[in-house]
Amino acid sequence: MRQRQIRLYKWICAGFILFSVVAVSPLETNAFSDQVIQHGATGDDVVELQARLQYAGFYNGKIDGVFGWGTYWALRNFQYEFGMEIDGVAGQQAKDKLAANTKYDKAFVMQQIQEGNTFTYYGGTPQEQQVKKRGNGGSGGGGSDNEKAPNTSAVNVPNGYSQNDIKLIANAVNGEARGEPYVGKVAVAAVILNRVEDPSFPNTISGVIFEPRAFTAVADGQIWLTPDESAKQAVLDAINGWDPSGGAIYYFNPNTATSPWIWSRQQIKTIGEHIFCM
Amino acid sequence: MYKWVLIGVLALALTGTAIWGVNERREKNDIQMQAENNYQRSFHELTYRMDTLHDKIGGTLAMNSRDSLSPQLAEIWRLSSEAHTDVGQLPLALLPFEKTEKFLTNIGDFTYKTAVRDLDKEPLSEEEMQRLEKLHDQAGQIKNELRNVQNTVLGNNLHWTDVELALSDDENDHSDNTIISSFQSVEDTTGGFSEEKNFNNGALPSSNEEHKFEGVTGERINQKQAKKIAANAFNLNTITGIEGGKSGKGSDVPLYSLSYQKDGESGYADVSQKGGHILTLMMQREREEPKLGLHDAQQKAEEFLKKQKLSNMEMVQSSQYDSVGIFFFVPVQDDVRIYADIVQVKVALDNGDILGLNSRDYFMNHHERQLEKPKLTEKEATENLNQNVTVQETHLALIENDTHEETLVYEIMGTRNNDTYRIYVNANTGKEEEIEKQTTTEARFLQTT
Repeated sequence: MRQRQIRLYKWICAGFILFSVVAVSPLETNAFSDQVIQHGATGDDVVELQARLQYAGFYNGKIDGVFGWGTYWALRNFQYEFGMEIDGVAGQQAKDKLAANTKYDKAFVMQQIQEGNTFTYYGGTPQEQQVKKRGNGGSGGGGSDNEKAPNTSAVNVPNGYSQNDIKLIANAVNGEARGEPYVGKVAVAAVILNRVEDPSFPNTISGVIFEPRAFTAVADGQIWLTPDESAKQAVLDAINGWDPSGGAIYYFNPNTATSPWIWSRQQIKTIGEHIFCM
Repeated sequence: MYKWVLIGVLALALTGTAIWGVNERREKNDIQMQAENNYQRSFHELTYRMDTLHDKIGGTLAMNSRDSLSPQLAEIWRLSSEAHTDVGQLPLALLPFEKTEKFLTNIGDFTYKTAVRDLDKEPLSEEEMQRLEKLHDQAGQIKNELRNVQNTVLGNNLHWTDVELALSDDENDHSDNTIISSFQSVEDTTGGFSEEKNFNNGALPSSNEEHKFEGVTGERINQKQAKKIAANAFNLNTITGIEGGKSGKGSDVPLYSLSYQKDGESGYADVSQKGGHILTLMMQREREEPKLGLHDAQQKAEEFLKKQKLSNMEMVQSSQYDSVGIFFFVPVQDDVRIYADIVQVKVALDNGDILGLNSRDYFMNHHERQLEKPKLTEKEATENLNQNVTVQETHLALIENDTHEETLVYEIMGTRNNDTYRIYVNANTGKEEEIEKQTTTEARFLQTT
């Protein structure tokens, strides 16, 4: 009952906004790219989708360029209100409907994202009132290298792992397996994750990585070298489920291994210079 | 005159070096002492907690009233988890000290399961009491051994940093280090009972036991056939350049591992020796700006799965990470999502190439399951949810609950304010098996470099 009331209310709101928009502005053309936008996507199209959904009052989350659950429910509500098939995927029909019924000031939105400002984009409220500049800004905006400014202000993170967790594991992987083939890096990352699950090891990522004497790269400080991009990608793959180590919880380099005990473990396979074992 | 100046300068330099050296040494000692004290704290806490653990288990055995039993079990659970953390902070990683850690995990699992149970409805069974009795004995033995080590450490003023040094020596005989040899004897004591059959039973099943790889069926293939399968997956016309190897004894399923490397491109595949199924596929290369949307990439992934004869799969999660899309698929049997058999596919968004497949879980767990009709209807299952949660989507699903049994549940996607939750409600009893808040995105940190 309550839900229906809310829906009705939303309907009226949407109708009102829709009316005012149509009345005030001419229809906007060439919105969105050809992409069918779905859950998990990132980039310009998602920014536009979120901004337009917010403009029409369906989306209350942050306009961050990542199609997360909030965007998904907002899109489904939009599809429901406009009598479309409710699948949470922004296909041509949904995009056309959005483009026809909302406005999108790309320059404004992109500027806010690139400057890292906190902002909203509701229709009917002046833009200036919806922006909160990032505190003591200025210095951060430039960036140290020539990389282009990101067009999203958020990223997908797998299984609730923070970017910092990923970076920490990537540091360990980089220190341990710098010269190894890509799959060897994924395998080392997988071993770290396997250890977290294993009853004989600490239950957290940092516990496993910093367990005294567990990893040579931690002991000699190589963990603090800056990891390259491939180490990060390897960690991402491992977190997303890939385990080329075959469930290993130990590995060693037979050329440098000092403990004879490690040879007593049952070996699974060799990848690059490392032997992985149970 | 000249001589005296020189002597003066040299004397000054010497004093300077001496002062610098003394300072340096003091700093080094400070740091070493800090490390040593950290180890000492962990070790003494470990012994103290094992002691308390032993007493608490003893208390539980003597306890009559059920009202205080649950808090007591919860207390044991907490202590075992803390003791586990202590062990993880000692420089023992390369010592075979895992049985003691396993013991701690086991007792933690056991007490957790019993502590959260409604003991009025389902009191501890005779068998469980026996098990607790046994755990009590074991805790006692470990405690005594640890107290002995502690006595030696305190009595002889032994340093943990020396253990580190001894362990990093190449010699395989560490028996001259008192701490190491006493810890080995702790481990030996524990070793005596950790192999007992009903000890591991019911606690966390170590993953090997359930990994039967029932999904791996078919004729045995030879390495050349495996290379062909891999070449096909790598999009190569020839098997030359592909290196192959066989998995060792520790592998849970016999595999061929195939890899190739060519102009900055690399590929790797694990192919089962039986049936020639690809369990792991990984390709790595430089990628350009994404040109494909996730939706198109998903279709590529679906086509690929069909080619691998993985049918009836439903896409349950898609995520874009810069220039790759990662898709999670689960098989659907009788409208039930089978989460244990999850498959991951990675697609390049610049040209739609398949960059990865992970079907280890699928082949490990997949079999035709007997699925019963749920006793509760969808409506009944959602009725008992928190009032503030708005139900958005519902599916039937098979998940492993916290006691590692496959359970038929309603998987309910619900929202509360701006948060989204995945709630698993037992489809027969209506119990909330698990609730997970969905965090799939995180604000980008602005680089401070």
